[in-house]
Formats: sequence, structure tokens, C-alpha cells
Amino acid sequence: MHDGIVLDKVALTLGKTSFAFDCRIEPGAVTAIAGPSGAGKSTLLNLIAGFERPQSGHILIAGTDQTLSHPSERPVSVVFQDHNLFAHLDIFTNVALGLDPSLRLSPQDRDRAENALVRVGLAGFGKRMPGSLSGGEKQRAAFARALLRNKPVLLLDEPFAALDADLRLQMSALLLDLHKETANTVVMITHDREEIARIADRILHVEKGQIAADDAKADYLSRFAAPVSALSGTV
Amino acid sequence: MLTTAERRRGIVAGLAVLAAVIVFVGTAIATLLAWDGDQSASRLFTAYTWSILRFTLWQAALSTLLSVAFAIPVALALARRPRFAGRAWILRLMALPMGLPALVGALGLLGVWGRQGVLNGWLTAAGLEHPVSVYGLSGILLAHTFFNIPLAVRLLLSVLERLPAEYWLLSASLGMKPVSIFRFVEWPALARVVPGVAGLIFMLCATSFTLVLVLGGGPAATTLEVAIYQALRFDFDPPRAVALAFLQIALTAAVIGLIAFLPAATDTVRTAGRKVLRLDGRSSASRLWDGLIIAVAVIFVASPLFSVLVAGLRADLWKLVNGPRFIQAATTSLVIAVTAAVIAVSASLAIITARQAIRDRRDPNLAARLLSTSLAGTSSLVLVVPPIILGTGWFLVLRQFGNVAAFAPYLVAFINALMALPFAVRVLEPALDAHRHQTARLVAALGISGPAKWRLIDLPVLTRPILTALSFAMALSLGDLGAVALFGSSDLVTLPWLVYSTLSSYRTNDADGLALILGVICLALTILGTAGKKENANA
Repeated sequence: MHDGIVLDKVALTLGKTSFAFDCRIEPGAVTAIAGPSGAGKSTLLNLIAGFERPQSGHILIAGTDQTLSHPSERPVSVVFQDHNLFAHLDIFTNVALGLDPSLRLSPQDRDRAENALVRVGLAGFGKRMPGSLSGGEKQRAAFARALLRNKPVLLLDEPFAALDADLRLQMSALLLDLHKETANTVVMITHDREEIARIADRILHVEKGQIAADDAKADYLSRFAAPVSALSGTV
Repeated sequence: MLTTAERRRGIVAGLAVLAAVIVFVGTAIATLLAWDGDQSASRLFTAYTWSILRFTLWQAALSTLLSVAFAIPVALALARRPRFAGRAWILRLMALPMGLPALVGALGLLGVWGRQGVLNGWLTAAGLEHPVSVYGLSGILLAHTFFNIPLAVRLLLSVLERLPAEYWLLSASLGMKPVSIFRFVEWPALARVVPGVAGLIFMLCATSFTLVLVLGGGPAATTLEVAIYQALRFDFDPPRAVALAFLQIALTAAVIGLIAFLPAATDTVRTAGRKVLRLDGRSSASRLWDGLIIAVAVIFVASPLFSVLVAGLRADLWKLVNGPRFIQAATTSLVIAVTAAVIAVSASLAIITARQAIRDRRDPNLAARLLSTSLAGTSSLVLVVPPIILGTGWFLVLRQFGNVAAFAPYLVAFINALMALPFAVRVLEPALDAHRHQTARLVAALGISGPAKWRLIDLPVLTRPILTALSFAMALSLGDLGAVALFGSSDLVTLPWLVYSTLSSYRTNDADGLALILGVICLALTILGTAGKKENANA
């Protein structure tokens, strides 16, 4: 039994593109998904999140078969690059929706939501609307919601790609802090090699709808230090 | 970045259009004001005018309520199912009533819901004695919902489709049930535009003429526009017409004033772009509900169109087309439509270039800014002063110079052009602005100007939007009964007038055939226009 995420001969065809994923993602680690645009990184993440269903194969998360379950039944939280907050709802409501999707909140729930905002550095932001927040603050709010949901797996689709370099540093530090606190499994799509070097434990390299390589960080970095032909040779 | 000559030319053209519109509309209104003022004033608040005003507002409010209330579940269902076979065709179907002449739509509705219609045929066959009646309020509501539900569906659907795709994924991920999704995602998005959509539909229903003329019954179910028409055409009672006309202007001005405060809705339904994943509504109950509501909407909109087709094909089309009356009416309609379309598009181009010329100055002075605002308002002027009022005013002017019929075709063409102006501006302005945005600096740097600029830079890009605007304006003019209703006579017969008079003389079969021909021409022009628009948007 594997406690992380297992994609067991998962196959899916979307339009004219075929995807075939077969891999294991370590529990309690930070795994980066890298690869060129259009290779299938988001599809891989969508399969784990449950937004796409495989045509064959199985998906196991934390030891249970989740191949056909609804996204809300899976032990995962999701953070996108953008639009993580409903623009017409205030920050508190956006975050509290992570506790109860009908927003029936006990006083304890409200406290927990406020605390989560404090934890990500957004104390006092509850009444603000998403439009008045900077890009980094919006992502902090998304983290607060993920924190409240307290799921063992956190999926991130280029969460910091829209932020400037300094902010990316701060946000990846926050992500790492939260990861250490909760010992969750983090799977993150990123294009940023420095970000990979900073926070990833393992790297899944996706190319042409398949896992081209599954490396420990040191191997991945040394491979990228080598000429590009070395990488394409392994595909 | 324009040369001084270009800027001057643009502003002069704009001023000319502004002056022409002000003279045309102003003459009509001044004549109405001057006409027997005392008598009209005393006629303003009689029990009769009050009852007409009350009915106008009442039917418009009910029509709006019904249209929006039914359009919301249809839009939600269509948004919830972004991919199914035939969806694109359903969206196209929803665009059709907008291009269909009101008269043709009314005939189609009669074919389905009327005394001799399909529905009553079934009811009678089932042994029911009292057939459904579509004359009076119920007929007006039926017609207004037929034309406005599809409009509302398209406007509301485009709002839902513009929501970020992540919203649906997040809702699924957070485990929101359909009620929560409606409460937290769908309704907040719709609520922003529902007032604007309702305002637009209210406006269309409060000023609707043809549908009320054909389907309204007697003084109990008459709106202001139709009452004005009856006052002039049947009773020849100008003071009453003038009094009603002022009520109408006050009403439309008030409604437009209110709408101006509401967020506008556009119907740019997304055709390409990112794929939307909707994970809600996978239960069989939800599928059943969505399927049912979409099917009802499709049947409601398609059945009158189908009825026009079937009834029209039953007529002897070949004989109709070769009849002297048809050829005369078609020629008249075509000449009027082409004239109206050319005037509308030229005036729109002048208005838009003048506004661009004013914006081109670094800091335009007060006069220039005022001119720019007036030009923007000009295109919407016809919304406040409806065709029937322009017609009434000019009718009273021209009567002093002899036979009104002699001037009538020019008048109808000009009124049609004014009616088409807001639509033409709406099609052309984004295209011209985008084109200018892309080319202005390069054109200035290379020093291209005058005819060479028009030929090399503008024409290749702007041909398509101009043709789109022309075909829209032509369709609008070809299908219009409102402007011609006051002047229609044996000397001036347009296609809609021919259909209407054929219908009035109970030659239903011929009327059905003519309606089919008119409907096909107008829809063909509209579809041509929309096809051009789409390609342009993708370019």
C-alpha cells in the first residue's frame, strides 16, 4: 500500500491528444511537475484533482481508490494560478467556503477561518473584496482556504507564475512553512527552475502526454546543468 | 496622430451628421409641439390616455418578467452543459428571432397558437370546446416572450460563459451542491446584468408596435405607439396623437434614463477559447431538468419559425413572386432598404471618425468634448423618439405641402436609417477603434494619408464590418412595418406593408407565402451579417 498518489496505467484522450501516466508521488514530499507547454502537466493535475476521469487505469490517493470519485470527495485541495477567489465574495467568505460549501458556519468555524487568515498574513482582510488585493495576497487567501480544508494533498497549478520574483520567493517560503506544519503532500506545476531548486524534493518531467522522467532534485538539477541533448536522449 | 486635415475632415463630417439628425428629429418634435398646443394639452390626461399608458406599462412589465424568469433557467441549463450535440444550433436558433421581422414572427405565432393554429387543432381534437385565444394581452405577452426570451438567454448565457473556468472547478473541489453553486457563483454573476437585460426588454416591449398592432385586440389591449397610429390613420385626430406622442417620449426617456444607470449586457457568446469543465449537474435529475427546460425553449422558439415555413410553402410562391404587386413591393422595399442602409452606415462612419478625431487631440476643449458626447447620444436618439413619432411629426409637416404619399418613400428610408443607426454604430465602433489602435502609429510614422490610406490600410480591414452593418441595417429596414404604417397606401407598398394588407383582407394563404419570403430575406441578411462578425472577432 502506497500512502502518496499512484497513477496506475492511467490513460485518457482529449480531442486528438492522448495521455498515458504511470507514476507514484511520494507522500509528505514536495513534487514538482515540469515540462514544456502542452505536454500534459495540467491534465496530470486535473486527473489527480478529479476534474478529468481516466478512460482506463486507476488513481489511488492516500491508499484509497479515487479513480471515479467526485473532486469534493478526494482528499485534495487545489490552488490555481488565478481566479482562486470568487470575485464577488469577500475574503472571509471565500476562505470559509473551504469549511462548508453551503456556508453554514458555527462560531468555532468562524474563529478557525479568522485564524487561517492570520496564519497566512492576512489578518484583518476578511471584509475586503478580492479585487482590492494584490496578486500575492489573493494567493495567500487561497492558501488560507487550503489550510482550513486540511486535506493531505495540495495541488498547485503554477500558483506563483503571475507574481514578481520577490513575491515568488516569499510565497514559496510560506508554502514550505505550511507544508512542514501539516506534513501534506504537495504537487506543483512550475516552469521556474529556481523554484524547483528551492522547494521541490522530486521532479516529474512530463513530455508528450507521458512521464518522461521521475527524478530526485539533485539528479534533475545536474541533468539540466548538462547539455540539453542529454535530456532529450532520455525521452 | 492624425494630420490636421484629417482631423478637420472628421469633425466636419460629424457636425454634418449631427446637424442633419437634429434638423430631422427637431422638425418632427417642433411640429408636434406647435400643433394645436392647447387642445393637445387638454388631451394629455384623459381617462383614455391614462388607460393606454397603464396598459403599455403593464404589458411591458409582464413581458419583461416572463421573458427574464424563463430565460434564467434556460441560460443556466445551457451554461451547465457546454458540450452536447446540437448546442451550437440551439444558440443559432436563439439568435434568429432578433433578425426576424416582427410581422413574420406574429404570423408564425398565430400559426401555432392562433384560433386556427396547431395547438387549438389538437385541443379541439381532444374534445376541448374553448380554444386558446391569443388576441389581447395573452397574445402580446406570447409575442414579446417569443422575441425576448432568446435575446435574454443569449445575454445571460454570455455572462455565465465569461466566468473564469476555475470557478466551476473550485465549486466542484469544495463540494458545492447545485443550490450553493447557484447562490455563490451563478446568481451573483446574473444579478449584475439582470437589471440591464430587464431594462432593455422593457424598453423593447414598451415601444413595440407591430406585434401589438397584429395581436392586440381593441382599445383594451392597445399601447401608446399603436394608439398614435390609430389616432392618425383611422380617426385623424392629430391632437390626440400629439398628446400620446408626448406621453411616449416621456416614457421612453424615463426608461432610457434608468437603463443608463444599469450595467450593460453584451451577447458575445464565447465561440473559442479555453475549454470549460462543468462537473455539477451530472445527476440524472439534473440532466432531466436541463434537458426538459432546453427542449421547451427550443420548441417555443422553433415552432413559430417552422409554422412560417410550412404555411408559406403551402402558398403558391411562384405565382406570388411573379405577381405585379409583389414585384412592385419588393422593388420599393429594396430601394428603401439600400438607401436606409447606406445612410445609416455613412452616418455611423462619420460619427465614429469624428469621435476618434476629437479623442486624437491631447486635450480637447469643452466644445470638442461636448460634440463627442452629442455624437455618442445621436445614435441613440431614435430610441427616445420612436419611428411612429418621427412619422407623425413629418406627416403633419408634409401635409401642408400637398400629397404626403409623394414624400413618403424618402421619409420611410430616412426613418429606417435612424432606426438602424444605433445598431450600425454598435457593429462599426469596436471594429474601427480596434483598427485605429493597431494601425494609427504605423500609419503616422509612414506618412500614409488620404485616399491611399483608405485604399491600402482601412478598406481591406473594414470591408467586412461595413458589410455586416449594411446587412443588419437592410434587414431592419426590410422588415419594418412601424415607419411605413402611417404612410402605406396604394402608392407606397413595401413588403411588410403588403403582408399586412394581404392579412387584413383575409387572404391568409397569400400572406403566409409573402411572410415566408420576407422572413427568409431578412434572416439571410442577418445570418450573413453575423457570420461576418464572428470571423472578424476571430481574426
